[in-house]
Amino acid sequence: MPSTIRVRAQASGTSTDVQALIQHPMDSGFVKDSDGKLIPAHHIETVTFDYKGKIVLTANWGPAVSKDPYIKFAFAGGAKGDDLTVTWVDNLGKTDTLTAKIT
Amino acid sequence: MSIRRTAPWLIAVAAVCLLGGAAPEPAATPEADQKAFQAYFKDRFPQVPFADFANGPYAVNAPMRKQWEDIMQFPPYDFALDEGKTAFETPFANGKSYADCFANKGIGVRQTFPYFDTKTGEVVTLDLAINQCRTANGEKPLPYQTGMMASITAYMAETSRDKPFDIKIPDDPRATAAYEDGKKFFYARRGQLNFSCASCHAGAAGQRMRGDILAPALGILASFPIYRSDWGSMGTIDRRFTSCSLQMRAAPLPPQDVQYRDLEYFLSYMSNGVPISGPGTRP
Amino acid sequence: MHAALSSNETTRRATLRLLALLGVAGLAGTARADAPGWPEQAFHQKTPDEALKLLYGKSFEMSDKVTLDVPEIAENGAVVPVSVSSSLPGVTSISILVPENPFALAASYKFAEGTAASIGCRLKMAKTSKVIGIVESGGKLYGASKEVKVTLGGCGG
Repeated sequence: MPSTIRVRAQASGTSTDVQALIQHPMDSGFVKDSDGKLIPAHHIETVTFDYKGKIVLTANWGPAVSKDPYIKFAFAGGAKGDDLTVTWVDNLGKTDTLTAKIT
Repeated sequence: MSIRRTAPWLIAVAAVCLLGGAAPEPAATPEADQKAFQAYFKDRFPQVPFADFANGPYAVNAPMRKQWEDIMQFPPYDFALDEGKTAFETPFANGKSYADCFANKGIGVRQTFPYFDTKTGEVVTLDLAINQCRTANGEKPLPYQTGMMASITAYMAETSRDKPFDIKIPDDPRATAAYEDGKKFFYARRGQLNFSCASCHAGAAGQRMRGDILAPALGILASFPIYRSDWGSMGTIDRRFTSCSLQMRAAPLPPQDVQYRDLEYFLSYMSNGVPISGPGTRP
Repeated sequence: MHAALSSNETTRRATLRLLALLGVAGLAGTARADAPGWPEQAFHQKTPDEALKLLYGKSFEMSDKVTLDVPEIAENGAVVPVSVSSSLPGVTSISILVPENPFALAASYKFAEGTAASIGCRLKMAKTSKVIGIVESGGKLYGASKEVKVTLGGCGG
């Protein structure tokens, strides 16, 4: 199963620029299907970015985050070849994680 | 002497022309059509570099372009692209693969589609060619419009990114007829809203239709298949032709219907020279 | 994978928009298994003030040191690129609220020390609304607000 997580982490001297794209329906729970039935809420609630055991960013998301959600941020430190682990958990308890190398 | 004799003749001809007289006109050739078509859009949008017509509404509206550039930092079609690459490289049950069905193993060829197949006498789009390849190798054809078809065409488009459209109309009356059929479709009004493709994508190109900016018809297929925010998923040219028909309150044709393929043929030939910008993202 | 689309597509999308506009609270009784630490209550508040009170226990003051980058007219309300950044020191959190959404709080980020005070994301907006970017610095909340126009797409579809 290919990962639902894509990460681009690039070290630039004193910090690392991170962009992540996650494949997830992010159903808000407000939308009806073509039969008029509500599509149940199914969205990511938390995303964590772990660098050498330190959580450099925690994202808490509600249903208003777009489908196939995106995140962009930067943290201090990080060098080419280091690992960055991204993990998400959704409201149904599903989860996925990916460890990517910083380039 | 000659002027006095020519002048009345000139006046007569001018009169006939102005009054729409019977002077026969040379039939417009596809080449002449293409020149006129491209000149029309270059005149309408003199600030747009020719290659930028591949970017549709973003070529003609700066605030929209900024949102697009933001999203293109990490395009949402990324997953479909990967899925398409894997599928493209996976052999069929009989050991053959897509590479065996296309020139150059299918890499960097998207800009030559659609083409006119003189053997079968029909327009072959990339989507059709993919399914022809599958059935020829004992595989079930893929449904059109979205899903795996969009993923595979996304990968093939990506290998052709920046290559200019290079559509040929062979010297064959059937090819010309298919081209003319597509041209007719483009300019014909349809549906309860009674719009033609040209109404919005030529006449009103660059203007707003509610929240959307209408893309110029020149280059409009260059970015396909697309991840459309409106769909939250990938869609092929068929998907857009179908959904647009529905939006005109016209009965859509089935995917890869002869008229849709002819329309794609016409639009692509009109866009010769515009670079492939697919897969793409749109509102 | 999707089957060929039917003519229900436009009806479905018209319904989506209508529902979003009406702000129908539709958290149908699905088995929830909320992630630990996820501020559930804050995400279920109607107004920004209520959400911020639950999230941070305080309210915010406007500050020109908070920069909000949003489009004036969203190309599509389903995917609106939003960036919030700040030149304030020691930023520990950034949150983004959309008051006209059914629930005001869209997203909230917690920063470790050394993480830059800048976030880029893509949000859903049900309709034209202000977008409020909140930055927590030195234990206080600062904010900036900009309106984003959201309209129906072309052709009513």
